Amino acid sequence: MSTDRVVVIGAGPAGIRAAETLVRNGIRPVLIDEAARGGGQIYRQPPRAFRRSGKDLYGWEAPKADGVHSALARIMPDIDYHPETLVWNAREGKLDLLRAGRVAEISFDRIIVATGARDRVLPFEGWTMPGVFSLGAAQIALKYQGALLGPRIVFAGTGPLLYLVAYQYAAAGAAVAGVIDSAPFGAQVRALPDLLRQPVTLAKGLFYRAFLHARGIPVWNAALPVEALGSGTVEGLTWSRKGQRQDIACDAVATGFGLCSETQIADLLGCKFEYDDSQRCYLPQVDGAGRSSRAEVYLAGDGSGIGGADLAERAGERAALALLEDIGHSHDNARAVVLDGEIGKLRHFRRGLETAFPAPGFGDFQLNDDLIICRCEEITFGEARRAIAANEISELNRLKALTRIGMGRCQGRSCAPAAAELLAQCSGGGLASAGRLRAQAPIKPVPLAAIGVPPP
Amino acid sequence: MSLFASDVAIVGGGLIGSSAALALRRLGFSVVLIERDLCGARASGVNFGGVRRQGRSIGQLHLAMRAHAIWQRLPELIGTDGEYVQSGHLKLARSPQDLAALAEYRERTSDFDLKLEILEGAEFRRRFPMFGEGVAGGSLSPEDGQANPRLVAPAFARAAASAGVIVLERCHLTSMAREERSFLLRAEAGVEIRAQHLINAAGGWGHEVASHFGDHLPLKVGYPTMAVTEPLPAVLGVSLGVEGGGFYARQVARGNLVMGGGFGEATGPGTSRPGRRPMASVAEQAAAILPALRHAQVIRFWSGTEGYTPDKNPVIDFSPTTSGLIHAFGFSGGGFQIAPAVGEVLAELVRDGTSTTPLDSFRINRFNPHPMSEASIL
Repeated sequence: MSTDRVVVIGAGPAGIRAAETLVRNGIRPVLIDEAARGGGQIYRQPPRAFRRSGKDLYGWEAPKADGVHSALARIMPDIDYHPETLVWNAREGKLDLLRAGRVAEISFDRIIVATGARDRVLPFEGWTMPGVFSLGAAQIALKYQGALLGPRIVFAGTGPLLYLVAYQYAAAGAAVAGVIDSAPFGAQVRALPDLLRQPVTLAKGLFYRAFLHARGIPVWNAALPVEALGSGTVEGLTWSRKGQRQDIACDAVATGFGLCSETQIADLLGCKFEYDDSQRCYLPQVDGAGRSSRAEVYLAGDGSGIGGADLAERAGERAALALLEDIGHSHDNARAVVLDGEIGKLRHFRRGLETAFPAPGFGDFQLNDDLIICRCEEITFGEARRAIAANEISELNRLKALTRIGMGRCQGRSCAPAAAELLAQCSGGGLASAGRLRAQAPIKPVPLAAIGVPPP
Repeated sequence: MSLFASDVAIVGGGLIGSSAALALRRLGFSVVLIERDLCGARASGVNFGGVRRQGRSIGQLHLAMRAHAIWQRLPELIGTDGEYVQSGHLKLARSPQDLAALAEYRERTSDFDLKLEILEGAEFRRRFPMFGEGVAGGSLSPEDGQANPRLVAPAFARAAASAGVIVLERCHLTSMAREERSFLLRAEAGVEIRAQHLINAAGGWGHEVASHFGDHLPLKVGYPTMAVTEPLPAVLGVSLGVEGGGFYARQVARGNLVMGGGFGEATGPGTSRPGRRPMASVAEQAAAILPALRHAQVIRFWSGTEGYTPDKNPVIDFSPTTSGLIHAFGFSGGGFQIAPAVGEVLAELVRDGTSTTPLDSFRINRFNPHPMSEASIL
């Protein structure tokens, strides 16, 4: 059975640990990644010629980043590594790839999908103006290119990433004009019992906050962005707290209300999905070891539900062990038991984070009819609301069919969370009954001329 | 428990079922329209959106001409124009043989007012400079066009509902039977529908409904592969087909190029996905026919479930075995344009037992020998 071809998609913490575990057990996996160098978003590496230290790039996480990067370097001779490669379609036993403008096809017997996450963006007035970025984009600019968005930047949204990126920017010398967190401080206090299960991680989170405080950077809780100000480019942000509005001057806004799993490949592979209340979205079904509803498909890391990098490393290794077990390959059962314990603890901590940084109530946003909800197709909230009312729309794919929301270049990556919230709000049916947009190939745009060449 | 009694029950809330429901209601019949999913969510709502008469068989042109008149007054009928535009339909020739076939088609259809114009050489290049070298000419049908199926199909169902049709969406039938005086349909959640007439407009599932009543009709299910690019500068004003088939394209007002050709595969009951080979073939032909667009990005492929008969003509006829049952399915990838007329025809069949539009090409007895007809004769 060890002749089975195993493919791992994604060279982040989950994918690299999965590949490493397969190599350790005598399997030579294929590792496919969109980035030029391994590490994923969280441990993204700069271009080779750059000479910033790990400490500069990753702060306290430098040893973990180094661990993941070194693991990839170590197994490099024993894997088939395809960097800068987009998986744009997945079907029965086969993946369609795009690399350097050319398509290719690869077959697999088993696959570990570790596709990571993207920002959960919610719209506010001016959110499509140049100068408004997602939190993840702000962090990529810093980690990948050593560039700061700004110089004066406001961070608005919620989640642990909000404080981490604000801290990283402040530490790198940016003028952080403020942090606007939609979560009430009380929620963070309530979450303490769960968060105390990972005291070191909790301490880091508290440190980021203390660091911001020591630098005189204001942090406002229970606050929401209202409008990015400026003519053509960002000059400030209006935000509100308890009905009071304030303006803050800045050159850039980085925003994100948590993360969304990238589930398109799991969807194209035919995995079953179910609604997850804590993450307010549909996620592929997965057991504790990473098995999906399909025998040949395993899921690990943030792509199967947001859990963070530490959990992703363990989930990647655990999914690889499950795969080895399922193909009748010898594997380390004792290690699996240890991992199950660690994963359980990390999930508990995760629950604490979700308590600490709850998604804001959609009703609290002031979403005027002329505000864009789908930026690819330039559809406004007004058009969406009118279509929902006139056609009694209660489901996302019908909303897409009748309004074009989610039909553009991003395939709903950017607008689907807001569209689902709006639908739930208007129809009163809840997020679960709003459903989810079905994934369609190509997952990301592919040129006609490239697709037109039949795969070799 | 919900009980419905109506003159007509229609199985299938696609464009055929919805337009029939609307037409019947306008004639004064009470109608229940039963749809397993959402009306217009399947092939009716995800097809290419070509509104063309050119290329249809003589047998279909009567219907197509009748439909052509209905398309002109769509807003009045369903409250939206469904992005219908008379952009013209150009059928491309890639060889002298293709051109000859197009000219022959023009001759053959001269009784119909299609205004076909055969173009080639310098005149063709002058009017259509965007096409690649492999294109030799074409036949322009200036009054054909295109529309947005995502909007048109649900709008017919909505108009039917506004006119008083009882539309049951997400309604899963559990049994269908012809009883002595009427049809009795049962659905999940205790829904019961009694009707004098039953129309089978179940599209790619039409043969399954038909065989339920002992009518075994030949239908092959196919999954057309379609694609759309990101919005592009206006390049293609006409809706496009090619002689011999295999590729079709149109550019919508927003700039996206919508195209298709070839068939995908089933992934489960009622679901399908675009095939990899047709993806390549569609993209390759698009790049060859419209070279300026070869670097355009495809943002989505999709597919739908369509029923194909052996001669690519639909079945529009009374059941040979079951009185009061009318079949209307198997539109073989060409139902979108003619559907509004088919709705009117079905309403006439219910009211008069016959239609003013010739339906000879759509009879069930063309599939001979027909085992069940023989059985019913015995």
